[in-house]
Amino acid sequence: MNANFASFLYLVSGVLFIMALRGLSHPTTSRQGNLYGMIGMGIAIATTLALAVPSASGFGLIVLGLAIGGGVGAITARRIAMTSMPQLVAAFHSLVGLAAVMVAAAAIYAPESFGIGTNGDIHAQALIEMSLGVAIGAITFTGSVIAFLKLDGRMSGKPIMIGGRHIINAVLGVALIVLIVLLVATEAKLVFWLIVAASLLLGVLLIIPIGGADMPVVVSMLNSYSGWAAAALGFTLGNLALIITGALVGSSGAILSYIMCKGMNRSFISVILGGFGGETAAATDDGIERTVKQGSADDAAYLMMNAQKVIIVPGYGMAVAQAQHALREMADKLKANGVDVRYAIHPVAGRMPGHMNVLLAEANVPYDEVFELEDINSEFAQADVAYVIGANDVTNPSARDDKSSPIYGMPILDVDKARTCLFVKRSLGSGYAGIDNTLFYKDGTMMLLGDAKKMTEEIVKAMDH
Amino acid sequence: MDQTLQKALDQLDQASAAVRLAVQNLANAPGGAEAAGDAAHALSGGAIDPFVFRFAIFVLAIFVGYYVVWSVTPALHTPLMAVTNAISSVIVVGSLLAVGISASGIATGFGFVALMLVSVNIFGGFLVTQRMLAMYKKKDK
Repeated sequence: MNANFASFLYLVSGVLFIMALRGLSHPTTSRQGNLYGMIGMGIAIATTLALAVPSASGFGLIVLGLAIGGGVGAITARRIAMTSMPQLVAAFHSLVGLAAVMVAAAAIYAPESFGIGTNGDIHAQALIEMSLGVAIGAITFTGSVIAFLKLDGRMSGKPIMIGGRHIINAVLGVALIVLIVLLVATEAKLVFWLIVAASLLLGVLLIIPIGGADMPVVVSMLNSYSGWAAAALGFTLGNLALIITGALVGSSGAILSYIMCKGMNRSFISVILGGFGGETAAATDDGIERTVKQGSADDAAYLMMNAQKVIIVPGYGMAVAQAQHALREMADKLKANGVDVRYAIHPVAGRMPGHMNVLLAEANVPYDEVFELEDINSEFAQADVAYVIGANDVTNPSARDDKSSPIYGMPILDVDKARTCLFVKRSLGSGYAGIDNTLFYKDGTMMLLGDAKKMTEEIVKAMDH
Repeated sequence: MDQTLQKALDQLDQASAAVRLAVQNLANAPGGAEAAGDAAHALSGGAIDPFVFRFAIFVLAIFVGYYVVWSVTPALHTPLMAVTNAISSVIVVGSLLAVGISASGIATGFGFVALMLVSVNIFGGFLVTQRMLAMYKKKDK
């Protein structure tokens, strides 16, 4: 195939990817968008095969690789529980990162196949692009592996602080630049692998000090990195589809990180530096005995059945307890009784952007009953009951009222403005940020102590009485 | 803001339609792309490095991504991550080159590993997105 014509086809697949993202502006157009994405990928693969026709044995290997990987991918996609979506996305990011490293390694061992020069005489420009791609790819790989382990609970979600880590990171960063210069000068394979090793280490060190509650930012950030790695290799290969896609994914992840940071009122830098969520704030411990009103499932059922408007506020605890189906059942009972039921989602609820929306959709909650913070916050004042299930810090009124609070300035859902706030919680402990929630001691709050799923199921039972 | 965004996206749609048309034309008249490329090359006197053009595309694509992603509804942010993940697997083109036409055994090996990894992503990413999107339903009226 003519190389110029192939470039146009790559452009087409890039445009199809743009349309795939564009489709996500609304649930009704999203499925069509996903289809565009698949077609775009098909075109990119077919074009590559037609442009550089593989040998018979090469073709066999390609089919084999596609079949093994594709099979694993398809089975995973089918079987994965929706609550494990953050882990899955982190795992997928790590694959892109590692693949970027592998492709760059292939390019340095066989530069002729990539049209970037000959062995021992690779263009300097290609070497720079490649080393950037391989460095970002390796950071994405180990960073995502750590994020995966933390999200999957195989590693403590608490930040792990290593003494002098900022200095170690800075040294590694400088070392990377030196190594890249060395690679351009000498083109030694050893230097290439040193770049890989340094970046792998840097990826681990960057993510380890970041706490569980900051994972939405980390996952989005790694999403962004995987894009930049792809774009860097796109420059090496001179491939339009890769350049366009890398830029799209890179800016997409960056925007999501920004939205998540804004949802927590924290700067990106402070999240990256890590350490948040480890220490317990001492400021709230003023020695005053405060009383908490506790309620039973029967009380909650009575209150909600007699309400006109109930707003449900789900959080990460709902995902952990898998309470979304019980919650939907409860909402159905209320709706059958003429109660107006809505869901309010905080931007950083859960462990990744949009986590709560997916779980509610899985439980068949219609998406037009689910609202974002800015669309529903004014409605709490008119609500009879706010049902908080598995959320904590995002409802803490100190973020709004108490200037000394570490989370002051973070946008919160004004559940304290509802006539009654039912707060489902396992115990009276503090949230992930380690901050006491003053909401518990307010007159209008009734604590429902117990597992989110069990409590909701008991309420559903009590509603039948 | 919303209006300008809509306008920009409409223009984007038009642009993509134009591109599709151009590609159709090219398919009918082989060699057209070459001619166009030659013309551009001649215009610039052959003095501009192709890198500059690639970089221009890169920068413009960042802007396209910026506007398109801001218009994604927050409810679909998880599918957005899944699908961006799937499309970043277009890095598969690099692994295909390494496996298909490379002369070096080591490079073929690396390419093969990369190919398997991204295949997991391509199939897994698109299918899990599809599965998620199928769950978003409207209220029964």
